[in-house]
Amino acid sequence: MQRSDRWVGLGLAVLGLAVLWTARAFPTVPGQKLGSAFLPMIIGAGLLVCALALIARSFRGGAYVAGGDAEAAREHFGSAVVIVGAVLAYVLLADRIGFLFIVPLCLLATFLALRVRFAAALIWAVGGTLLVHAAFYKLLRVPLPWGPLPPLY
Amino acid sequence: MDTLVTAFGMVFQPYVLLVVLLSACYGLFVGAIPGLTATMATALLVPVTFFMEPIPAVAAIVTATAMAIFSGDIPSALLRMPGTPASAAYTDEAYLLTRAGHAEIALGAGLVFSVLGGIFGVLVLCLAAPTLAEVALEFSSFEYFWLVMLGFTCAVFIAGKDPLKGIVSVLIGLLIAVVGLENPAAAPRYTFGYPDLMGGIALIPLMIGMFAISEILRFAAVVVKPERVAERPFGNVFTGMWALVKKYPLSLLRGSSLGALVGALPGAGADIAAWMAYGVSKRFSKEPEKFGTGHVEGIVEAGAANNAALGGAWIPALVFGIPGDSITAIAIGVLYLKGLNPGPTLFVNHPQNIYAVFIVFMLAQFLMLPLGWAAIKVAKQILRIPANVLMPLILLFCIVGSFAINNSTFDIIVMLLAGVLGFCMERWGFPVAPTILGVVLGSMLEQHFFSSLIKADGNFLAFFERPIAGTLGVLCLLIWLWPVVRMRRKRHQLS
Repeated sequence: MQRSDRWVGLGLAVLGLAVLWTARAFPTVPGQKLGSAFLPMIIGAGLLVCALALIARSFRGGAYVAGGDAEAAREHFGSAVVIVGAVLAYVLLADRIGFLFIVPLCLLATFLALRVRFAAALIWAVGGTLLVHAAFYKLLRVPLPWGPLPPLY
Repeated sequence: MDTLVTAFGMVFQPYVLLVVLLSACYGLFVGAIPGLTATMATALLVPVTFFMEPIPAVAAIVTATAMAIFSGDIPSALLRMPGTPASAAYTDEAYLLTRAGHAEIALGAGLVFSVLGGIFGVLVLCLAAPTLAEVALEFSSFEYFWLVMLGFTCAVFIAGKDPLKGIVSVLIGLLIAVVGLENPAAAPRYTFGYPDLMGGIALIPLMIGMFAISEILRFAAVVVKPERVAERPFGNVFTGMWALVKKYPLSLLRGSSLGALVGALPGAGADIAAWMAYGVSKRFSKEPEKFGTGHVEGIVEAGAANNAALGGAWIPALVFGIPGDSITAIAIGVLYLKGLNPGPTLFVNHPQNIYAVFIVFMLAQFLMLPLGWAAIKVAKQILRIPANVLMPLILLFCIVGSFAINNSTFDIIVMLLAGVLGFCMERWGFPVAPTILGVVLGSMLEQHFFSSLIKADGNFLAFFERPIAGTLGVLCLLIWLWPVVRMRRKRHQLS
């Protein structure tokens, strides 16, 4: 039994209701009673029932067992946020400023968030970028964005 | 016979052999680093295999995973940290052996019994898969519907600790699977107007997110103290292994059989196989009191089981397209990408491809002996590589890899969201494997359900009328009802 069950259950119940609500609009197969709404309806109803059971159990369960690494995780949650931020920054900026500019910045931020020393982080960030670019752009011909730069090779 | 010769010809080519060798080294490396799992190794391989022919692509996955499951034993013995979750069951046992000055026995047993268990798993795969495929040729949508349901049932009730959370995991997977146009009335479901979602959520970026990004987030969020490698010189890892084989033949056989069986059950893979085998070993041991004090018997049985599970997992994956574990869930995605759609017809139309997969599997087991020995030799160097330098580089690889499949930035967003979802699910105690099963099997479930319903003209009883379908259906219902029966019985006993 985890402390989070109650809130997660609430979230799942809302999700289940939303799925049920939106699924009503899906059409049926011509000539059949059921259609595209059937599976989403089952999923929505299932989520709702499970969510209610989860909430009920969390009230009945009594003693909590804190989720394994929950305590330790709270301390360094910031590092995980930096990683998510780095990926988002890549998604938003890669086309505009190019792979070769955005990636070293993203890498540097994640290295520092994971407590790598600055000098080492800088070397790895630049080296890693060039290596991955060479491997994927040149060898595997993946069109990584150049941004404002003219294609250099 | 001709097909067998063709299959050998397909595998024994310089290019394929080079791919096998490189992916073996890669698998050994990833498996030996705590925090990087065999499933993650597979997910990261996919973008690279995307640019290969079908056989080398499958060979890369098969070899890398076999090696990774073994090399997960190395940091277990030297650091008391399992390299992959599949080694967790006997990590304490292996480390205690090392502390007692017997590191070579812990590592040697890990290696030798991984190879033996692996060979057993491959033999089971070679014998069971073609036989099952012949039966499966007769299957209609009714049988497939119940097989998928049985897959979900296994993942929830047999592999999971908490059935309620397991059901939620399956439902989340199904919810991801319903996105897109591929449904009975071809209506756009949950596409929110994005053309990128019309074709459904791309499987590979999703897997990379769930298995690699979530691990990176977990690594970042949880403080892991760098451990010092046990600085003890150790002798030849092969010394005394033959004696162990002669001493524990039953453990070896039992562990391998259990491993192959658990592997073949959908949703349960090498890690669950190892836990079960360790438990069974202790239960039937002549010296159960020695377990937990640095006793090799559990390592023999569980070490064989986790490698046997790999072969077992490919049985339902190749025959029915139903993954036996998370690794084969990704592999099925690769098979579809390569036009080798899994199913019994693959055995009829392209038997040489199936034989080639079997040959690669066997080759990987034999390669494990020398390469595993070499990996143990350089283990101290591998284990000194700091994981906080590796993780950002893996992150970059994930981004570029997800992009490379369709050259789509949208797929990077899918990867990120899947990563956050996987991370949250793990923290809140929801198993990820049933979700993957739901995603992979969602459209298959819906398609077979509707074609069955149309054939049966809306009569639900028809789902039980064919003999095999009926048996599978009743089996599902019995497993669903079992917890209720057990609860009733408990209450009855209490009153």
